[in-house]
Amino acid sequence: MTVSALSHPPRHTLSLIVENRPGVLARVSSCLARRGFNIHSLAVGPTIDPGLSRITVVVESEKIEQVKKQLHKLINVIRIFELEPSKAVERETMLIRVATTPSARTEAIEVANIFKANVVDVGYNSLTFEVTGRPAKLNDLIELLRPFGVVELVKSGRIAIGRAAKSKPARIRAVG
Amino acid sequence: MSASRKPTTMTTITGSQSVISSLEHEGVDLIFGIPGGAILPAYDPLYSSPIRHILARHEQGAGHMAAGYAWATGRVGVCVATSGPGATNLVTPLADALMDSVPMVAITGQVPTHAVGNDAFQEAYTVGITMPTTKHNYFVTDPDDIPTVIHQAFHLASSGRPGPVLVDLPKDVLNQETEWRPPQDLELPGYKPTLDGHPRRVREAVEMLAASRRPVLYVGGGIIKSEASEALTRFAEITNIPVVTTLMGRGAIPDSHPLCLGMPGMHGNYTAITSMQKCDVLAAFGVRFDDRVTGDPDHFAVDAKIIHADVDPAEIGKVRAADIPIVADARRVLTQMIEAWGDRPPVAGQQWLETIREWQTKYPLSYDQQPDGPIKPQFVIDELARVTGGDAILVAGVGQHQMWASQFWNFDRPRRWINSGGLGTMGFAVPAAIGAKAGMPDELVYAVDGDGCFQMTFQELIAAAAHQIPVKVAVFNNGAHGMVKQWQKLFYGGRLSASLLNAEMVDYVKLAEGMGCIGLRAESPEEVGPTLEKSLSIDDRPVVVEMVVDPDEMVFPMVPAGGSNDNVILGPEPGD
Ligand SMILES: Cc1ncc(C[n+]2csc(CCOP(=O)(O)OP(=O)(O)O)c2C)c(N)n1
Ligand SMILES: [Mg+2]
Repeated sequence: MTVSALSHPPRHTLSLIVENRPGVLARVSSCLARRGFNIHSLAVGPTIDPGLSRITVVVESEKIEQVKKQLHKLINVIRIFELEPSKAVERETMLIRVATTPSARTEAIEVANIFKANVVDVGYNSLTFEVTGRPAKLNDLIELLRPFGVVELVKSGRIAIGRAAKSKPARIRAVG
Repeated sequence: MSASRKPTTMTTITGSQSVISSLEHEGVDLIFGIPGGAILPAYDPLYSSPIRHILARHEQGAGHMAAGYAWATGRVGVCVATSGPGATNLVTPLADALMDSVPMVAITGQVPTHAVGNDAFQEAYTVGITMPTTKHNYFVTDPDDIPTVIHQAFHLASSGRPGPVLVDLPKDVLNQETEWRPPQDLELPGYKPTLDGHPRRVREAVEMLAASRRPVLYVGGGIIKSEASEALTRFAEITNIPVVTTLMGRGAIPDSHPLCLGMPGMHGNYTAITSMQKCDVLAAFGVRFDDRVTGDPDHFAVDAKIIHADVDPAEIGKVRAADIPIVADARRVLTQMIEAWGDRPPVAGQQWLETIREWQTKYPLSYDQQPDGPIKPQFVIDELARVTGGDAILVAGVGQHQMWASQFWNFDRPRRWINSGGLGTMGFAVPAAIGAKAGMPDELVYAVDGDGCFQMTFQELIAAAAHQIPVKVAVFNNGAHGMVKQWQKLFYGGRLSASLLNAEMVDYVKLAEGMGCIGLRAESPEEVGPTLEKSLSIDDRPVVVEMVVDPDEMVFPMVPAGGSNDNVILGPEPGD
């Protein structure tokens, strides 16, 4: 990883509820590009309501309020949540293929096991793992597998969900 | 079956007829456009519709006509173009309307659905191209959606922060059978503009202003768009706070009002600029802290606390952090402010107003018209005001002439000043004036245009002549892209790279006559008044008045781009 790639503006995870219509993803990415905000990762999928989709986008920006306000101006964007890492469950799935001679296989699998990564494909001189976890965990695994030689790496883009309340919600002003 | 255009719920009609019925349902009486293959089906029912269609000579013209119409009337302007080149020619007026929050609906034809994506003849990805140049756009795939989509388009264009909306209609959708039903519910779950200011914020704003010593109201296009002039003037009067009106907000409060300080910014007057620099509270309504107003934002009004009210939340805090942010429609929030002010006394800032008067006396806008010298462009504006009694809708192009028009004309009402502010679109004036005149046929519409701008869109005068829309255009012939030349003289050592226009080659009088207009010319100061008067006596066709003006005149005051508003270049002293 180069130094410039390491020094980026702060990352923010935004969860967008959007109308499920053609072109909405293009509007979101076009809006971010137009305003000069960098997309670190982006994941789109359906929600339980067929009329709505969810876009989880990790944006690198010093001006996150401005990012949210500009996205809010898009007519098809219904709601935007910013998910604080401490108050959200964030996950990413990764498929990673490492070069392994037959003799090195067990060693790679041992490393992978620590991360609960599954072997999903075995080749003559490669192993492919699938792993889901916090973005930091995936990066740790990459570092540990790097010495074997990473042949290919595919990431899903981050998805996230806010953490639910841990106690029965107190009624506001219930106690005098 | 009768070819009745009356929308009924039961009759089967084509998508095209549904489009025209939908426009009629929205109360549209005038549209501007150019037909072509993909949009041709829609032009057939238009032929027997009461909607009047003005055949522009270039789609850019049609777009700016719609904008001029919208500016002058306050209603949604509508333009129509075919697919491909027709639609791409609309990109400039759409971008212009987005920047200046002009309510506009553009209807474009598209190649048939089955051909979309195949590089069909005259196919362009209109929705993609115009995504960043519209407030919203639609690609219609089912003719049954037409009434709702068009209803939504008008609602989006005219509500909240107004702007352009485009509806792209494939030819097969226009040809298919459908029924016209009254538009369904708006169904815009992601669009709910906040119009009323938060009462606590309003109170805070009033308290901050009441406690201020050097307050200024900084107002712009939002006042015009929300019809807030009366509320603004009343608020200024009960508080006794002076007002600066941006290029977009000229006429928001009459220039003749003692509290109106006129235009701030790059070519604003010294008092408007400096009052903002020195104020302790800057209360901004319907403005966006544009760089042409603030200069270097780090040196803009550094001691001021900021109250910022705008209907677009994204404008608040975009350039300058607001101490009191208020998301609201300008008229509503000013009305709330008036109420919250109650019977408080006016702000105790007599000394502030005196300082302002001193600046006004010391640094007035000026120019030096010698009786036997070349015509000064500012003199033309003064003479135009004199012969019209100021009773005109003034439309400008982009360049020096635009700045002089804004500086020297006394705007007494809103919607009497139409220009391209945010995008700075040369070629705007002629078509925008035509649109304004078409929408307000009883008003005198006078365009003040540069020779460079005029050469971009003058062909629209053929449309004006053909449709009997008698606009008047004063062409300021300085033989140059004057504003470019001015920058080259000031910042590029006088190297006039590509800024001269071969003035000797062009005969504007003949050009006008060749387009079915009347052409007039003034070459010396004493000819200016009579020539303008003559132009007023002609009302059966467009008039082009060539004003041969001093090619060396420059616009002052000036704050160089990106510079601090503390450093206003005042320009030469009279007689220099
Ligand atoms: C479409 C477009 N192209 C280029 C420019 C850059 N530009 C700004 S002012 C100007 C010169 C305008 O010349 P003219 O219309 O003669 O007005 P003047 O300044 O001479 O009064 C130019 C080229 C622009 N604003 N718009
Ligand atoms: Mg010129």
